[in-house]
Amino acid sequence: MALPRPCGNFKRSYREDEAIFKTGFVRASVVIFIVLLSLIPLVANDYILYVVNLVFLAIVGAHGINILTGNTGLISLGHGAFIGIGGYTTAILASRGLPIWVTLPCAGFMAAAVGLLFGIPSLRLKGFYLAMSTMAAQFLMEYLFMNFKGLTGGAEGAFVDRPSVFGMVLNSDAQFYYLALVFAIVSTFATINLLRTRVGRAFIAIRGKDYAAELIGINLFKYKTYSFMISSFYAGVTGCLMTYYLSIITPRSFDLGVSIDYLAMIILGGLGTVRGAIYGASFVIIVPELLKYGIDVASDYLPIFTQIPSAFPAIRMFVFGAMIILVLIIEEKGMAQIWINIKSYWKLWPYSY
Amino acid sequence: MDLIIVLVNGIAVGSIYGLIALGFVLIYKASRIINFAQGSLVLFGAYVVYASYIQLKFPYIIVIIFSSIIVVALGMGFQHAVLRKMIGKPVISIIMITIGLDYLIKGICLGVWGPTRRIFPGELIPEISLRIGPVFISNLFIWGFLISIFFLAGFSIFFKYSRIGIAMRAVSNDQMAALSLGISVNKILIYIWAVAALVAMVGGSLLAGLSILDLNLGFIGLIVFPVIIFGGMDSILGAVLGGFTVGILESLAGAYLEGIVGGGIKGVAPFIIMLIMLMIMPYGLFGTKEVERL
Repeated sequence: MALPRPCGNFKRSYREDEAIFKTGFVRASVVIFIVLLSLIPLVANDYILYVVNLVFLAIVGAHGINILTGNTGLISLGHGAFIGIGGYTTAILASRGLPIWVTLPCAGFMAAAVGLLFGIPSLRLKGFYLAMSTMAAQFLMEYLFMNFKGLTGGAEGAFVDRPSVFGMVLNSDAQFYYLALVFAIVSTFATINLLRTRVGRAFIAIRGKDYAAELIGINLFKYKTYSFMISSFYAGVTGCLMTYYLSIITPRSFDLGVSIDYLAMIILGGLGTVRGAIYGASFVIIVPELLKYGIDVASDYLPIFTQIPSAFPAIRMFVFGAMIILVLIIEEKGMAQIWINIKSYWKLWPYSY
Repeated sequence: MDLIIVLVNGIAVGSIYGLIALGFVLIYKASRIINFAQGSLVLFGAYVVYASYIQLKFPYIIVIIFSSIIVVALGMGFQHAVLRKMIGKPVISIIMITIGLDYLIKGICLGVWGPTRRIFPGELIPEISLRIGPVFISNLFIWGFLISIFFLAGFSIFFKYSRIGIAMRAVSNDQMAALSLGISVNKILIYIWAVAALVAMVGGSLLAGLSILDLNLGFIGLIVFPVIIFGGMDSILGAVLGGFTVGILESLAGAYLEGIVGGGIKGVAPFIIMLIMLMIMPYGLFGTKEVERL
């Protein structure tokens, strides 16, 4: 029930201030939202479910890079490759007949291990230089995916069967939807929770200024590598689920473009905010699909679209780029901030002074 | 014998890389903006030259003037319409905006020219041929080398003596201080983007002449990152030397390692070099070391 409550900040303890659900209303609306989400497969067709599934998987990965780039302040251009590590671990283990219970944690930990390796330079490198070292990691791993043909299948890739959970093979999109939904929800709450623990606060202190954080007793090496490992773990889980969902894995699905997409998700959504990762992931996945739909509809009336080859990828790139520029010009802190601005505008409307 | 050809190849390609990296370094020096769109400026420049010569059939001089105007307008317009509004905003948002521009330009190129591979008109570049002993050096290589050296020398003098060059250095040193001294920071940055776009166009035309013109040229533009990490982010000399080094190492890797570790090493080698360079001297050969204060 939405009971009226006093405006302003009336927290009486740290526990209240740190609570995940600040009020009963928030708790109720989250529960209702999740219930509504779990009803979607009853009404949606397969195509919509496919898009929503991709959004859920992207949310898991976006939370990962948000912990690293948004909260710890370490820019990563290698998230796509970490997702790829998870994906290939899954593909290799699944082809040996191992179930998802084994492959999923293995994918996560494998990615975390590689993340640890490439996180070590973060102690010396900062900002753009770190971004470059993660980009080098990206190219290096793309190369390995391409050339370790015995394990990865090279450029042609490998096929993976859909997983079975509780003895049920998740063959349809609707069945996979619930798996993806569970992971999206779990990863969201895990991230919220992480950010209010000691580790999460250390990350935020490092984002503020790493020397200052070190002076108040935060072990930089430990927490920076933690951040890389946690972020890569999320990436590994995303890669694992993505591989199972798409049933095929090729090096192309983990290229630099993917890393940039994930970075775009959190910057457009709002760096360092959990909501931002969700908004951004939805935006980056849904906008191209909407465009594809729009062009399909438009080409019935305007035959010019069907005459130009590669009209769709061109328009997709153009609109995607324009959207990035537009959103950031309007509000450089991303969509989460735009939402807050709208909310605070209506809070005082029409007497805003 | 073979080694000499590989080296000459590397130096020629490297000088073009240096040229492209020069545009990047200029922007970084003046505004501390990391321009991820340099690769697509290269691509766009090459396409505009191609279109005005082959498709619009302009005469030689008009091609140069026309494509310079288009490219410069793009660079200036982007600074004036977009980046001007981002002065003082978080750096990561600005980087993302240049990534947005990258997508935008690639979208335009793909939409207008499509995915077909095109052969860049070689006759645009005047013939000079040189023979050193048994090695025949094609004119593109010589032009790449000469133009890079010309721009390197030109910019060094320009930054040292010209009024605008000094203003550019002031802006790169401290934007607020430059503003309070009566320098229009936006205007200076507009000039810099114009120069960067122009340099990218020249580099793009040479690179397209060496290989083939298609969208992949934009990804070759990513090579500026190893180049500038090697030479130092804010050093013009570093960009050119870094270009040579990366070009030579790349063609060495392509010639000798390809057979041992498999295809594609040529593309990865510069990034491996970059990774090693970041580990031992992150600020490159000539980069300014960043000093941090609390």
